[in-house]
Amino acid sequence: MNKRKERIIRYLFTALAFASLVFLVGIVFVLFREALPIFGKVSPKAFLLGKSWYPTSSPPEFGILPLILASLWVTLGALVICVPLGVGSALYLHELAGPRQRALLKPVIEILASVPSIVYGFFGMVILAPFLQDTFNLPIGLCALTTSIILGVMATPTVASIAEDALSYVPRSFREASFAVGADRWQTLTKVIIPAAGSGISTGIILGMSRAIGETMTVLMVAGGSAVIPHSIFDPVRPMTAAIAAEMGEAPVGSDHYHALFAIALMLFLITFAFNIAAELISRRFRLKLGLSR
Amino acid sequence: MKRRDIVQKLGFSALFACMAANIVFLGGIVFFIAARGLGSINWAFLTQAPRDSMTAGGVAPVIAGTFYLTLGAIIFALPLGVASAIYLTEYSPRGWIVNLLRISINNLAGVPSVVFGLFGLTVFVKYMGFGVSILSGSLTLGILALPVIISASQEALTAVPQSIREASLALGATQWETIRRVVLPAALPGILTGVILSVGRVAGETAPILFTAAAFYVKGYPHSIFSEVMALPYHIYALMTEGTHPEEQTRIAYASSLLLLALVLSVSMLAIYIRARQRKTYNA
Repeated sequence: MNKRKERIIRYLFTALAFASLVFLVGIVFVLFREALPIFGKVSPKAFLLGKSWYPTSSPPEFGILPLILASLWVTLGALVICVPLGVGSALYLHELAGPRQRALLKPVIEILASVPSIVYGFFGMVILAPFLQDTFNLPIGLCALTTSIILGVMATPTVASIAEDALSYVPRSFREASFAVGADRWQTLTKVIIPAAGSGISTGIILGMSRAIGETMTVLMVAGGSAVIPHSIFDPVRPMTAAIAAEMGEAPVGSDHYHALFAIALMLFLITFAFNIAAELISRRFRLKLGLSR
Repeated sequence: MKRRDIVQKLGFSALFACMAANIVFLGGIVFFIAARGLGSINWAFLTQAPRDSMTAGGVAPVIAGTFYLTLGAIIFALPLGVASAIYLTEYSPRGWIVNLLRISINNLAGVPSVVFGLFGLTVFVKYMGFGVSILSGSLTLGILALPVIISASQEALTAVPQSIREASLALGATQWETIRRVVLPAALPGILTGVILSVGRVAGETAPILFTAAAFYVKGYPHSIFSEVMALPYHIYALMTEGTHPEEQTRIAYASSLLLLALVLSVSMLAIYIRARQRKTYNA
């Protein structure tokens, strides 16, 4: 009797544990199902490489190249900020901060990570955009530059905390060996510790990128929204997430526009999925390299 | 001073500057929003409903909306998340299952929030027919919170010493009795940390509720799980992008942002505090 009860409970937990997988598969299924009809109207090639996104004009044009390039453009800009700041903060925490400083600074990074994206967006819209517009004498403050800065700040905590984890896995003996042959702290850091933690740090950078490219509310409020191929960092742009969030409310259910928006979401999902898998593979290799079991 | 000493000094200063930048960002955001939002927050703002087409009044029903959405998401995600964590740590399934589930959890955590919104729109709003409602929004937000709760619970369960489990099993308790009476109580504070962290995350999310729950304006308080709601994050977005009185609306948006920021930051500080205490107990 007792044994049967134990077995039922075990089955129950097994079933519940598969929920994450079910949701992930469900998301993929929904995206494909709702996206595929658009490819009956527009060829995948024309969809991905088409240079004009005019979903509501007649005849409508569904080329998402400007949206993809906008996403990549602002993400690239964000990387310029979040890689040095994130990795630098991680190195500072790991190398220079004493226990008391760490106890104070690590929460700062975590709290920065928990600021809601709508607050970042609002801040970008009312404070940063007017400031940049005045400083650089721009025609419009809501542009790729503003977006990149905010996205960079948002991605910094992700990069910093994963890089810090990676640094803490580097065995003490590496450092001691380096000191023993006469290297100073900076040389040890740049020539021994950073290379040893390199793939762990790159995992952090990839996940930071993934966060930046999937960010929605910030880009919706700050990027400026014009669906043209960006030529400079001062151009207003419309990244993929912004297009979905801004247009889904107006697209009639089942229309071409509706399916096209799902197809953008599918693209976005595939990009972030690839990033996450890459991060997973690199971090696995990193753990093998340092002989860690996890 | 040798050249390499100068290099080291410069390098360390650069690292310090990177760290300091984080503090400047956090401080800047909190300072600007607090400085311009604090003036509009008073008792009336917290207890009244918006009126005069969103240019006056308060945000009480908006706060209520965020409360219901968050509560619903946790009710949905907590049992699922804790059960997943228990399965992964206590029942130690075969290697490939662990890997498969870990990869799905990691990937679910990396799905862009707007994609969750589309999933919720298709499945909960349309297919299941819940409409744009608290229920649809809560379920969507719950899926988003799931990975956070799973990983915090897993950490909490792994931290429970193996010897306690063995002692319980040695006394003749079954595995389920051991989990229920011994392991779960010991892991409870850690699981709680995960819940608090996910509350912070869920309360601030906007994109998942755009198409599943949120409305620009609803009269009065939500009265059933099938009502559309106003929610604090969406309220800020709506104030900044819709309506016809930008100046007045921006003032209310500042106050709402400050409120949301205070709510989310205090919730995550609480979680960080509990976790720090927790880790201290285990290390001692």
